[in-house]
Amino acid sequence: MHPSDVTGLSIREARELLDNGGVSSVELTRAALDRIGEVEPSVHAFVTVTDELALEQARLADARISLGNAAPLTGIPMQLKDNISTRGVPTTCSSRMLEGFVPTYDATVARLLYDQGAVLVGKGNLDEFAMGSSTENSARGPTRNPWDLGRVPGGSSGGPAAAVASGECFFSLGSDTGGSIRQPAALCGVVGLKPTYGLASRFGLVAFASSLDQIGPITRDAADGALVLNAIAGHDRSDSTSLSGEPTNYASCLDHGVEGLRIGVPREYFVDGTDPGVERAVREALVVLEGLGARVEETSLPLTPYALAVYYIIAPSEASANLARYDGVKYGYATPTASGMWEALDKTRQEGFGPEVKRRIMLGAYALSTGYYDAYYLKAQKVRTLIRRELQQVFGEFDALATPTSPTVAFPFGERTEDPVQMYLSDVCTVPANIAGIPGISVPAGLADGLPVGLQFLGPHRAEGTLLRIAHAYQQATDWHTMRPAPATKAA
Amino acid sequence: MRLSAEEVRQVARLARVGLTDGEVEQMRGQLSNILGHFDVLGHLDTDGVEPSSHSVDLESVTRDDVVEASLPPDEVLSNAPDREADFLRVRAVLE
Repeated sequence: MHPSDVTGLSIREARELLDNGGVSSVELTRAALDRIGEVEPSVHAFVTVTDELALEQARLADARISLGNAAPLTGIPMQLKDNISTRGVPTTCSSRMLEGFVPTYDATVARLLYDQGAVLVGKGNLDEFAMGSSTENSARGPTRNPWDLGRVPGGSSGGPAAAVASGECFFSLGSDTGGSIRQPAALCGVVGLKPTYGLASRFGLVAFASSLDQIGPITRDAADGALVLNAIAGHDRSDSTSLSGEPTNYASCLDHGVEGLRIGVPREYFVDGTDPGVERAVREALVVLEGLGARVEETSLPLTPYALAVYYIIAPSEASANLARYDGVKYGYATPTASGMWEALDKTRQEGFGPEVKRRIMLGAYALSTGYYDAYYLKAQKVRTLIRRELQQVFGEFDALATPTSPTVAFPFGERTEDPVQMYLSDVCTVPANIAGIPGISVPAGLADGLPVGLQFLGPHRAEGTLLRIAHAYQQATDWHTMRPAPATKAA
Repeated sequence: MRLSAEEVRQVARLARVGLTDGEVEQMRGQLSNILGHFDVLGHLDTDGVEPSSHSVDLESVTRDDVVEASLPPDEVLSNAPDREADFLRVRAVLE
Protein backbone atom coordinates (compact mmCIF):
# COMPACT_ATOMS: atom_id res chain seq x y z
CA MET A 1 0.00 0.00 0.00
CA HIS A 2 1.30 3.43 -0.93
CA PRO A 3 1.87 5.55 2.20
CA SER A 4 -0.39 8.35 0.98
CA ASP A 5 -3.32 5.93 0.77
CA VAL A 6 -3.25 5.08 4.47
CA THR A 7 -4.66 8.41 5.70
CA GLY A 8 -8.14 7.40 4.52
CA LEU A 9 -8.25 4.21 6.59
CA SER A 10 -10.35 3.59 9.67
CA ILE A 11 -8.59 3.06 12.99
CA ARG A 12 -9.38 -0.67 12.74
CA GLU A 13 -7.87 -0.94 9.26
CA ALA A 14 -4.77 0.95 10.36
CA ARG A 15 -4.54 -1.28 13.45
CA GLU A 16 -4.52 -4.40 11.30
CA LEU A 17 -1.76 -3.01 9.08
CA LEU A 18 0.30 -1.97 12.10
CA ASP A 19 -0.07 -5.37 13.71
CA ASN A 20 0.74 -7.41 10.59
CA GLY A 21 3.73 -5.24 9.70
CA GLY A 22 2.11 -3.76 6.59
CA VAL A 23 2.91 -0.28 7.84
CA SER A 24 4.84 1.15 10.80
CA SER A 25 3.55 3.87 13.08
CA VAL A 26 6.38 6.11 11.86
CA GLU A 27 5.16 5.61 8.27
CA LEU A 28 1.56 6.18 9.28
CA THR A 29 2.55 9.32 11.20
CA ARG A 30 4.64 10.63 8.28
CA ALA A 31 1.68 10.06 5.99
CA ALA A 32 -0.59 12.02 8.34
CA LEU A 33 1.99 14.83 8.61
CA ASP A 34 2.32 14.93 4.81
CA ARG A 35 -1.42 15.14 4.51
CA ILE A 36 -1.45 17.97 7.06
CA GLY A 37 1.18 19.77 4.98
CA GLU A 38 -0.99 19.35 1.88
CA VAL A 39 -4.37 20.44 3.18
CA GLU A 40 -3.61 22.86 6.02
CA PRO A 41 -3.03 25.88 3.77
CA SER A 42 -6.67 25.60 2.71
CA VAL A 43 -8.46 23.88 5.63
CA HIS A 44 -6.62 25.20 8.72
CA ALA A 45 -7.87 22.54 11.13
CA PHE A 46 -4.77 22.79 13.37
CA VAL A 47 -3.45 25.56 15.58
CA THR A 48 -0.31 23.58 16.44
CA VAL A 49 1.33 20.69 14.56
CA THR A 50 3.55 18.56 16.81
CA ASP A 51 5.63 16.79 14.17
CA GLU A 52 8.72 16.11 16.28
CA LEU A 53 6.75 14.84 19.26
CA ALA A 54 4.62 12.73 16.92
CA LEU A 55 7.59 10.98 15.30
CA GLU A 56 9.12 10.34 18.72
CA GLN A 57 5.85 8.84 19.99
CA ALA A 58 5.53 6.83 16.76
CA ARG A 59 8.98 5.28 17.26
CA LEU A 60 8.00 4.26 20.79
CA ALA A 61 4.75 2.86 19.44
CA ASP A 62 6.62 0.79 16.87
CA ALA A 63 8.82 -0.63 19.62
CA ARG A 64 5.73 -1.51 21.63
CA ILE A 65 4.04 -3.13 18.63
CA SER A 66 7.12 -5.21 17.88
CA LEU A 67 6.99 -6.50 21.47
CA GLY A 68 3.40 -7.60 20.89
CA ASN A 69 2.07 -5.15 23.50
CA ALA A 70 -0.12 -3.02 21.26
CA ALA A 71 -3.32 -1.51 22.66
CA PRO A 72 -6.15 -0.66 20.22
CA LEU A 73 -4.81 2.88 19.64
CA THR A 74 -1.06 2.21 19.78
CA GLY A 75 0.65 4.01 16.93
CA ILE A 76 -2.51 5.72 15.64
CA PRO A 77 -2.09 9.44 14.76
CA MET A 78 -4.59 11.65 16.58
CA GLN A 79 -5.41 15.28 17.14
CA LEU A 80 -6.78 16.87 20.32
CA LYS A 81 -8.94 19.98 20.43
CA ASP A 82 -6.86 22.88 21.66
CA ASN A 83 -8.83 23.30 24.89
CA ILE A 84 -7.53 19.92 26.13
CA SER A 85 -4.36 20.43 28.16
CA THR A 86 -1.20 18.77 26.87
CA ARG A 87 1.95 18.97 28.94
CA GLY A 88 4.72 20.78 27.07
CA VAL A 89 2.48 21.47 24.04
CA PRO A 90 0.80 24.89 23.74
CA THR A 91 -2.91 24.86 24.62
CA THR A 92 -4.44 28.13 23.47
CA CYS A 93 -8.23 27.64 23.29
CA SER A 94 -7.74 29.62 20.05
CA SER A 95 -7.72 32.73 22.23
CA ARG A 96 -5.28 35.59 22.44
CA MET A 97 -5.70 35.18 26.20
CA LEU A 98 -3.83 31.85 26.15
CA GLU A 99 -1.40 32.51 23.30
CA GLY A 100 1.84 30.75 24.19
CA PHE A 101 0.35 29.04 27.26
CA VAL A 102 2.07 25.69 27.84
CA PRO A 103 0.33 23.41 30.36
CA THR A 104 2.42 21.78 33.07
CA TYR A 105 0.23 18.67 33.13
CA ASP A 106 -1.83 16.50 30.79
CA ALA A 107 -5.60 16.33 30.77
CA THR A 108 -6.70 12.91 31.97
CA VAL A 109 -8.04 12.02 28.51
CA ALA A 110 -4.70 12.97 26.93
CA ARG A 111 -2.84 10.82 29.45
CA LEU A 112 -5.16 7.86 28.81
CA LEU A 113 -4.58 8.11 25.06
CA TYR A 114 -0.81 8.49 25.51
CA ASP A 115 -0.92 5.43 27.80
CA GLN A 116 -2.41 3.47 24.90
CA GLY A 117 0.41 4.72 22.69
CA ALA A 118 -1.67 7.01 20.47
CA VAL A 119 0.44 9.55 18.55
CA LEU A 120 -0.32 13.29 18.87
CA VAL A 121 0.08 15.07 15.52
CA GLY A 122 -1.31 18.37 16.77
CA LYS A 123 -3.99 20.49 18.38
CA GLY A 124 -7.31 21.32 16.74
CA ASN A 125 -8.74 24.76 16.04
CA LEU A 126 -11.92 25.88 17.80
CA ASP A 127 -14.14 28.85 18.41
CA GLU A 128 -12.40 30.85 21.14
CA PHE A 129 -12.90 29.02 24.46
CA ALA A 130 -15.33 26.69 22.60
CA MET A 131 -17.89 29.49 22.28
CA GLY A 132 -19.43 29.35 18.83
CA SER A 133 -20.96 27.13 16.17
CA SER A 134 -18.79 27.87 13.15
CA THR A 135 -15.12 28.18 14.28
CA GLU A 136 -15.30 31.76 12.95
CA ASN A 137 -14.65 32.96 16.52
CA SER A 138 -11.13 31.50 16.58
CA ALA A 139 -8.47 34.13 17.26
CA ARG A 140 -6.23 31.96 15.05
CA GLY A 141 -8.44 32.33 12.00
CA PRO A 142 -11.35 30.13 10.91
CA THR A 143 -11.22 26.49 9.84
CA ARG A 144 -12.71 25.82 6.41
CA ASN A 145 -15.09 22.99 5.64
CA PRO A 146 -13.18 20.45 3.49
CA TRP A 147 -16.40 19.78 1.53
CA ASP A 148 -16.64 23.42 0.46
CA LEU A 149 -13.91 25.85 1.42
CA GLY A 150 -16.38 28.74 1.27
CA ARG A 151 -18.37 27.26 4.15
CA VAL A 152 -17.88 26.82 7.88
CA PRO A 153 -17.02 23.42 9.39
CA GLY A 154 -19.41 24.02 12.29
CA GLY A 155 -18.19 24.53 15.80
CA SER A 156 -16.87 24.79 18.23
CA SER A 157 -14.85 21.62 17.39
CA GLY A 158 -14.51 22.71 13.75
CA GLY A 159 -10.79 21.88 13.66
CA PRO A 160 -11.24 18.31 14.95
CA ALA A 161 -14.15 17.57 12.60
CA ALA A 162 -12.39 19.04 9.55
CA ALA A 163 -9.12 17.24 10.40
CA VAL A 164 -10.82 13.84 10.60
CA ALA A 165 -12.84 14.53 7.44
CA SER A 166 -9.75 15.50 5.44
CA GLY A 167 -7.57 12.61 6.60
CA GLU A 168 -5.11 14.68 8.65
CA CYS A 169 -5.52 12.31 11.60
CA PHE A 170 -7.43 9.09 12.34
CA PHE A 171 -9.44 10.57 15.19
CA SER A 172 -9.67 13.64 17.34
CA LEU A 173 -11.22 14.56 20.66
CA GLY A 174 -13.66 17.42 20.88
CA SER A 175 -15.60 18.96 23.72
CA ASP A 176 -19.37 19.39 23.63
CA THR A 177 -21.11 21.99 25.80
CA GLY A 178 -24.14 22.56 23.57
CA GLY A 179 -23.38 20.54 20.45
CA SER A 180 -19.72 21.36 19.82
CA ILE A 181 -18.81 17.76 18.91
CA ARG A 182 -22.00 16.68 17.14
CA GLN A 183 -22.79 19.76 15.02
CA PRO A 184 -19.31 20.07 13.39
CA ALA A 185 -19.24 16.28 12.91
CA ALA A 186 -22.55 16.61 11.06
CA LEU A 187 -21.36 19.52 8.92
CA CYS A 188 -18.09 17.75 8.00
CA GLY A 189 -19.57 14.28 7.37
CA VAL A 190 -17.90 12.41 10.25
CA VAL A 191 -19.07 10.73 13.47
CA GLY A 192 -19.16 12.75 16.71
CA LEU A 193 -20.12 11.30 20.07
CA LYS A 194 -20.97 13.31 23.17
CA PRO A 195 -20.98 10.86 26.07
CA THR A 196 -23.14 11.03 29.19
CA TYR A 197 -22.09 13.92 31.45
CA GLY A 198 -19.21 12.61 33.58
CA LEU A 199 -18.39 9.50 31.51
CA ALA A 200 -14.99 10.93 30.53
CA SER A 201 -12.99 13.02 32.96
CA ARG A 202 -12.95 16.79 32.43
CA PHE A 203 -9.68 17.18 34.34
CA GLY A 204 -7.43 19.33 32.15
CA LEU A 205 -10.25 20.46 29.85
CA VAL A 206 -10.25 24.25 29.96
CA ALA A 207 -13.60 24.98 31.62
CA PHE A 208 -16.39 26.72 29.71
CA ALA A 209 -19.66 25.66 31.40
CA SER A 210 -18.85 23.02 33.96
CA SER A 211 -22.31 21.47 34.33
CA LEU A 212 -22.57 20.98 30.55
CA ASP A 213 -19.02 20.32 29.24
CA GLN A 214 -18.15 16.81 28.13
CA ILE A 215 -15.27 15.39 26.06
CA GLY A 216 -15.87 12.86 23.30
CA PRO A 217 -14.45 11.31 20.12
CA ILE A 218 -14.71 12.45 16.51
CA THR A 219 -14.05 9.55 14.13
CA ARG A 220 -14.76 8.30 10.61
CA ASP A 221 -17.31 5.71 11.77
CA ALA A 222 -19.13 4.43 14.85
CA ALA A 223 -16.88 1.40 15.38
CA ASP A 224 -13.84 3.70 15.62
CA GLY A 225 -15.82 5.87 18.06
CA ALA A 226 -16.28 2.84 20.30
CA LEU A 227 -12.52 2.24 20.38
CA VAL A 228 -11.72 5.82 21.35
CA LEU A 229 -14.54 5.91 23.93
CA ASN A 230 -13.14 2.72 25.49
CA ALA A 231 -9.85 4.55 25.98
CA ILE A 232 -11.20 7.73 27.60
CA ALA A 233 -14.25 6.60 29.63
CA GLY A 234 -13.97 5.97 33.35
CA HIS A 235 -13.87 7.49 36.79
CA ASP A 236 -11.06 9.91 37.59
CA ARG A 237 -10.39 11.03 41.14
CA SER A 238 -9.20 14.37 39.74
CA ASP A 239 -12.75 15.08 38.48
CA SER A 240 -15.31 14.68 41.24
CA THR A 241 -18.14 14.81 38.68
CA SER A 242 -16.79 11.84 36.73
CA LEU A 243 -19.02 8.79 36.97
CA SER A 244 -17.98 5.66 38.77
CA GLY A 245 -19.11 2.16 37.89
CA GLU A 246 -18.02 -0.84 35.90
CA PRO A 247 -16.36 -0.01 32.57
CA THR A 248 -18.22 -1.06 29.43
CA ASN A 249 -16.52 -2.47 26.36
CA TYR A 250 -18.25 -0.33 23.74
CA ALA A 251 -16.69 -2.29 20.87
CA SER A 252 -18.59 -5.37 22.00
CA CYS A 253 -21.90 -3.44 21.92
CA LEU A 254 -21.73 -2.85 18.17
CA ASP A 255 -22.90 -6.04 16.56
CA HIS A 256 -26.30 -6.62 18.16
CA GLY A 257 -28.35 -5.00 15.41
CA VAL A 258 -31.45 -2.90 15.94
CA GLU A 259 -34.14 -5.59 15.73
CA GLY A 260 -36.88 -4.66 18.17
CA LEU A 261 -35.26 -1.45 19.39
CA ARG A 262 -37.77 1.34 19.89
CA ILE A 263 -36.68 4.59 18.27
CA GLY A 264 -38.71 7.75 18.85
CA VAL A 265 -38.75 10.66 16.43
CA PRO A 266 -39.65 13.86 18.32
CA ARG A 267 -41.44 16.17 15.92
CA GLU A 268 -40.21 19.34 17.69
CA TYR A 269 -36.67 18.69 16.43
CA PHE A 270 -37.79 19.39 12.85
CA VAL A 271 -37.89 23.13 13.52
CA ASP A 272 -39.05 25.84 11.14
CA GLY A 273 -36.15 26.58 8.84
CA THR A 274 -34.96 22.96 8.63
CA ASP A 275 -33.43 22.40 5.17
CA PRO A 276 -35.76 20.16 3.15
CA GLY A 277 -32.67 18.15 2.14
CA VAL A 278 -31.78 17.57 5.80
CA GLU A 279 -35.30 16.40 6.66
CA ARG A 280 -35.37 14.13 3.60
CA ALA A 281 -32.03 12.51 4.52
CA VAL A 282 -33.12 11.93 8.12
CA ARG A 283 -36.48 10.46 7.05
CA GLU A 284 -34.70 8.15 4.60
CA ALA A 285 -32.37 6.98 7.38
CA LEU A 286 -35.40 6.15 9.52
CA VAL A 287 -36.75 3.97 6.71
CA VAL A 288 -33.39 2.14 6.65
CA LEU A 289 -33.56 1.54 10.40
CA GLU A 290 -37.15 0.27 10.10
CA GLY A 291 -35.97 -2.07 7.40
CA LEU A 292 -33.40 -3.40 9.85
CA GLY A 293 -36.14 -4.20 12.33
CA ALA A 294 -36.23 -1.12 14.55
CA ARG A 295 -39.64 0.13 15.67
CA VAL A 296 -39.65 3.76 14.61
CA GLU A 297 -42.46 5.93 15.93
CA GLU A 298 -43.17 9.64 16.01
CA THR A 299 -43.28 11.22 19.46
CA SER A 300 -43.46 14.65 21.04
CA LEU A 301 -41.22 16.57 23.46
CA PRO A 302 -43.14 19.83 23.94
CA LEU A 303 -40.42 21.48 26.06
CA THR A 304 -37.82 21.28 23.27
CA PRO A 305 -38.43 24.86 22.06
CA TYR A 306 -37.43 26.16 25.51
CA ALA A 307 -34.08 24.38 25.61
CA LEU A 308 -32.17 26.99 23.62
CA ALA A 309 -33.08 29.80 26.04
CA VAL A 310 -32.21 27.60 29.03
CA TYR A 311 -28.86 26.80 27.46
CA TYR A 312 -28.01 30.39 26.55
CA ILE A 313 -28.67 31.47 30.14
CA ILE A 314 -26.92 28.63 31.95
CA ALA A 315 -23.83 28.29 29.74
CA PRO A 316 -22.88 32.01 29.78
CA SER A 317 -23.60 32.21 33.52
CA GLU A 318 -21.19 29.38 34.23
CA ALA A 319 -18.72 30.81 31.71
CA SER A 320 -18.73 34.22 33.39
CA ALA A 321 -17.61 32.50 36.60
CA ASN A 322 -15.15 30.10 34.96
CA LEU A 323 -13.45 32.80 32.89
CA ALA A 324 -12.95 35.06 35.92
CA ARG A 325 -9.61 33.27 36.35
CA TYR A 326 -8.05 35.09 33.38
CA ASP A 327 -6.60 38.04 35.23
CA GLY A 328 -3.18 38.47 33.63
CA VAL A 329 -1.42 37.43 36.84
CA LYS A 330 -0.99 33.65 37.03
CA TYR A 331 -0.74 32.82 33.33
CA GLY A 332 -1.98 33.99 29.98
CA TYR A 333 -2.09 37.40 28.37
CA ALA A 334 -1.33 40.50 30.45
CA THR A 335 -1.79 44.02 29.16
CA PRO A 336 1.56 45.78 28.81
CA THR A 337 0.35 49.20 29.92
CA ALA A 338 -1.98 49.96 32.79
CA SER A 339 -1.88 51.95 35.97
CA GLY A 340 -3.00 49.96 38.95
CA MET A 341 -4.60 46.58 39.43
CA TRP A 342 -8.16 47.32 38.34
CA GLU A 343 -7.19 48.97 35.07
CA ALA A 344 -4.78 46.10 34.36
CA LEU A 345 -7.58 43.60 34.90
CA ASP A 346 -10.08 45.47 32.70
CA LYS A 347 -7.57 46.00 29.90
CA THR A 348 -6.14 42.47 30.03
CA ARG A 349 -9.62 41.06 29.54
CA GLN A 350 -10.60 43.71 26.98
CA GLU A 351 -7.55 42.93 24.83
CA GLY A 352 -7.30 39.18 25.52
CA PHE A 353 -10.89 38.10 24.83
CA GLY A 354 -12.66 38.25 21.46
CA PRO A 355 -16.17 39.64 20.90
CA GLU A 356 -18.21 36.44 21.43
CA VAL A 357 -16.40 35.57 24.66
CA LYS A 358 -16.99 39.10 25.98
CA ARG A 359 -20.64 38.88 24.95
CA ARG A 360 -21.13 35.63 26.85
CA ILE A 361 -19.30 36.84 29.94
CA MET A 362 -21.50 39.94 29.92
CA LEU A 363 -24.65 37.91 29.36
CA GLY A 364 -23.76 35.56 32.22
CA ALA A 365 -22.81 38.36 34.59
CA TYR A 366 -26.15 40.02 33.82
CA ALA A 367 -28.18 36.82 34.34
CA LEU A 368 -26.47 36.28 37.70
CA SER A 369 -26.66 39.86 38.92
CA THR A 370 -28.85 41.09 41.77
CA GLY A 371 -32.39 41.72 40.60
CA TYR A 372 -32.12 39.46 37.53
CA TYR A 373 -30.95 36.18 39.08
CA ASP A 374 -34.49 34.87 39.74
CA ALA A 375 -35.86 35.90 36.37
CA TYR A 376 -33.02 34.41 34.33
CA TYR A 377 -30.63 31.99 36.03
CA LEU A 378 -33.02 30.47 38.58
CA LYS A 379 -35.84 30.26 36.03
CA ALA A 380 -33.51 28.51 33.58
CA GLN A 381 -32.45 26.02 36.25
CA LYS A 382 -36.10 25.21 36.98
CA VAL A 383 -36.92 24.69 33.31
CA ARG A 384 -33.79 22.52 33.19
CA THR A 385 -35.46 20.25 35.75
CA LEU A 386 -38.58 20.05 33.56
CA ILE A 387 -36.55 19.23 30.43
CA ARG A 388 -34.61 16.52 32.30
CA ARG A 389 -37.91 15.04 33.48
CA GLU A 390 -39.48 15.12 30.03
CA LEU A 391 -36.49 13.29 28.52
CA GLN A 392 -36.42 10.79 31.37
CA GLN A 393 -40.07 9.99 30.68
CA VAL A 394 -39.65 9.55 26.94
CA PHE A 395 -36.86 7.04 27.55
CA GLY A 396 -39.39 4.92 29.43
CA GLU A 397 -41.03 4.42 26.05
CA PHE A 398 -38.06 4.48 23.69
CA ASP A 399 -34.51 3.09 23.67
CA ALA A 400 -33.30 6.07 21.65
CA LEU A 401 -34.47 9.15 19.79
CA ALA A 402 -33.55 10.03 16.21
CA THR A 403 -33.37 13.67 15.05
CA PRO A 404 -31.44 15.89 12.67
CA THR A 405 -28.15 17.00 14.30
CA SER A 406 -28.40 20.46 12.78
CA PRO A 407 -31.36 22.02 10.95
CA THR A 408 -29.08 23.00 8.08
CA VAL A 409 -25.99 21.85 6.23
CA ALA A 410 -22.75 23.86 6.46
CA PHE A 411 -23.44 27.56 5.91
CA PRO A 412 -21.26 30.15 4.13
CA PHE A 413 -18.73 32.23 6.06
CA GLY A 414 -20.15 35.44 7.47
CA GLU A 415 -23.78 34.38 7.10
CA ARG A 416 -24.49 34.32 10.84
CA THR A 417 -21.72 36.42 12.37
CA GLU A 418 -23.69 39.68 12.35
CA ASP A 419 -26.56 38.35 14.47
CA PRO A 420 -25.54 36.22 17.49
CA VAL A 421 -29.07 34.80 17.79
CA GLN A 422 -28.91 33.37 14.25
CA MET A 423 -25.68 31.62 15.22
CA TYR A 424 -27.21 30.29 18.45
CA LEU A 425 -30.07 28.74 16.45
CA SER A 426 -27.52 26.30 14.93
CA ASP A 427 -27.55 24.51 18.30
CA VAL A 428 -31.29 23.98 18.60
CA CYS A 429 -31.18 20.17 18.12
CA THR A 430 -28.08 19.56 20.23
CA VAL A 431 -28.47 21.60 23.45
CA PRO A 432 -31.17 19.43 25.09
CA ALA A 433 -28.67 16.55 25.52
CA ASN A 434 -26.28 18.81 27.46
CA ILE A 435 -29.07 20.24 29.60
CA ALA A 436 -30.12 16.70 30.55
CA GLY A 437 -26.59 15.21 30.58
CA ILE A 438 -27.60 12.44 28.17
CA PRO A 439 -25.41 10.99 25.40
CA GLY A 440 -25.81 11.85 21.74
CA ILE A 441 -24.10 10.77 18.54
CA SER A 442 -24.11 12.31 15.07
CA VAL A 443 -23.57 10.08 12.05
CA PRO A 444 -23.40 11.01 8.35
CA ALA A 445 -26.73 10.33 6.66
CA GLY A 446 -26.24 11.50 3.11
CA LEU A 447 -25.83 14.73 1.23
CA ALA A 448 -28.06 17.73 0.65
CA ASP A 449 -26.86 20.06 -2.13
CA GLY A 450 -23.55 18.17 -2.07
CA LEU A 451 -22.97 18.81 1.65
CA PRO A 452 -23.09 16.29 4.52
CA VAL A 453 -26.22 15.82 6.63
CA GLY A 454 -25.96 14.65 10.24
CA LEU A 455 -28.38 12.20 11.86
CA GLN A 456 -28.45 12.40 15.66
CA PHE A 457 -29.35 9.62 18.08
CA LEU A 458 -30.00 10.47 21.72
CA GLY A 459 -30.31 8.00 24.57
CA PRO A 460 -30.78 7.87 28.33
CA HIS A 461 -27.85 8.26 30.70
CA ARG A 462 -25.05 5.78 29.98
CA ALA A 463 -26.70 4.44 26.81
CA GLU A 464 -23.57 5.00 24.67
CA GLY A 465 -23.55 1.27 23.92
CA THR A 466 -27.06 1.47 22.46
CA LEU A 467 -26.28 4.62 20.44
CA LEU A 468 -23.10 3.09 18.98
CA ARG A 469 -25.01 -0.10 18.21
CA ILE A 470 -27.71 1.78 16.28
CA ALA A 471 -25.12 3.92 14.49
CA HIS A 472 -23.06 0.86 13.58
CA ALA A 473 -26.10 -1.06 12.29
CA TYR A 474 -26.99 1.96 10.17
CA GLN A 475 -23.43 2.13 8.83
CA GLN A 476 -23.43 -1.58 8.01
CA ALA A 477 -26.51 -0.96 5.84
CA THR A 478 -25.39 2.32 4.22
CA ASP A 479 -22.12 3.79 3.00
CA TRP A 480 -22.57 7.50 3.71
CA HIS A 481 -19.78 7.36 6.30
CA THR A 482 -17.30 6.26 3.63
CA MET A 483 -17.82 9.42 1.56
CA ARG A 484 -14.88 11.80 1.63
CA PRO A 485 -14.60 15.33 0.38
CA ALA A 486 -12.59 15.84 -2.80
CA PRO A 487 -8.99 16.61 -1.86
CA ALA A 488 -8.79 20.26 -0.85
CA THR A 489 -5.24 21.20 -1.66
CA LYS A 490 -5.62 24.68 -3.05
CA ALA A 491 -6.24 27.83 -1.07
CA ALA A 492 -9.76 29.18 -1.52
CA MET B 1 -36.73 45.87 27.07
CA ARG B 2 -33.62 47.69 25.88
CA LEU B 3 -30.62 47.92 28.19
CA SER B 4 -29.29 51.39 28.87
CA ALA B 5 -25.65 52.25 28.23
CA GLU B 6 -25.24 52.66 32.00
CA GLU B 7 -26.59 49.13 32.63
CA VAL B 8 -24.13 47.71 30.10
CA ARG B 9 -21.27 49.61 31.77
CA GLN B 10 -22.36 48.34 35.19
CA VAL B 11 -22.33 44.69 33.98
CA ALA B 12 -18.92 45.29 32.37
CA ARG B 13 -17.64 46.55 35.71
CA LEU B 14 -19.00 43.46 37.47
CA ALA B 15 -17.43 41.19 34.86
CA ARG B 16 -14.20 43.21 34.75
CA VAL B 17 -14.23 43.56 30.98
CA GLY B 18 -13.12 46.88 29.58
CA LEU B 19 -15.36 48.11 26.73
CA THR B 20 -14.95 51.00 24.31
CA ASP B 21 -17.92 53.32 23.80
CA GLY B 22 -18.53 51.62 20.47
CA GLU B 23 -18.58 48.19 22.13
CA VAL B 24 -21.02 49.46 24.78
CA GLU B 25 -23.42 50.55 22.03
CA GLN B 26 -23.04 47.26 20.16
CA MET B 27 -23.55 45.22 23.36
CA ARG B 28 -26.69 47.24 24.19
CA GLY B 29 -28.33 46.12 20.99
CA GLN B 30 -27.06 42.56 20.99
CA LEU B 31 -27.66 41.77 24.66
CA SER B 32 -31.13 43.34 24.56
CA ASN B 33 -32.00 41.20 21.56
CA ILE B 34 -30.70 38.01 23.17
CA LEU B 35 -32.44 38.73 26.49
CA GLY B 36 -35.66 39.29 24.53
CA HIS B 37 -35.47 35.68 23.32
CA PHE B 38 -35.31 34.49 26.92
CA ASP B 39 -38.77 35.89 27.66
CA VAL B 40 -40.21 32.67 26.22
CA LEU B 41 -39.37 30.97 29.54
CA GLY B 42 -41.95 33.20 31.24
CA HIS B 43 -44.67 31.14 29.50
CA LEU B 44 -43.79 28.08 31.58
CA ASP B 45 -45.21 27.54 35.05
CA THR B 46 -42.31 26.54 37.27
CA ASP B 47 -43.98 27.07 40.66
CA GLY B 48 -42.75 24.43 43.06
CA VAL B 49 -40.16 23.07 40.61
CA GLU B 50 -36.75 22.44 42.14
CA PRO B 51 -33.90 24.07 40.19
CA SER B 52 -31.22 21.77 38.67
CA SER B 53 -27.67 23.02 38.93
CA HIS B 54 -26.52 19.81 37.24
CA SER B 55 -27.83 17.25 34.80
CA VAL B 56 -27.08 14.34 37.09
CA ASP B 57 -27.50 14.14 40.83
CA LEU B 58 -24.07 14.59 42.34
CA GLU B 59 -22.90 13.75 45.79
CA SER B 60 -20.03 15.39 47.59
CA VAL B 61 -16.84 13.41 47.21
CA THR B 62 -14.37 13.17 50.05
CA ARG B 63 -11.01 11.49 50.50
CA ASP B 64 -8.41 11.22 53.18
CA ASP B 65 -6.22 14.27 53.56
CA VAL B 66 -2.97 12.71 52.43
CA VAL B 67 -0.01 14.82 51.38
CA GLU B 68 1.05 14.11 47.81
CA ALA B 69 3.78 15.43 45.54
CA SER B 70 2.94 18.78 43.90
CA LEU B 71 4.44 20.48 40.89
CA PRO B 72 7.70 22.31 41.62
CA PRO B 73 7.37 26.13 41.88
CA ASP B 74 9.40 26.70 38.70
CA GLU B 75 6.85 24.73 36.70
CA VAL B 76 3.85 26.28 38.40
CA LEU B 77 5.20 29.75 37.64
CA SER B 78 6.43 28.91 34.15
CA ASN B 79 3.47 30.66 32.48
CA ALA B 80 3.42 33.72 34.73
CA PRO B 81 3.47 37.02 32.81
CA ASP B 82 5.58 38.63 35.53
CA ARG B 83 7.42 36.81 38.29
CA GLU B 84 10.15 37.49 40.79
CA ALA B 85 11.87 34.49 42.43
CA ASP B 86 9.01 32.21 43.48
CA PHE B 87 6.40 34.98 43.50
CA LEU B 88 3.91 36.40 41.03
CA ARG B 89 4.42 40.12 40.62
CA VAL B 90 1.17 42.14 40.54
CA ARG B 91 0.37 45.79 40.16
CA ALA B 92 -0.28 47.85 43.28
CA VAL B 93 -3.68 47.10 44.85
CA LEU B 94 -3.69 50.31 46.87
CA GLU B 95 -2.45 53.48 45.25
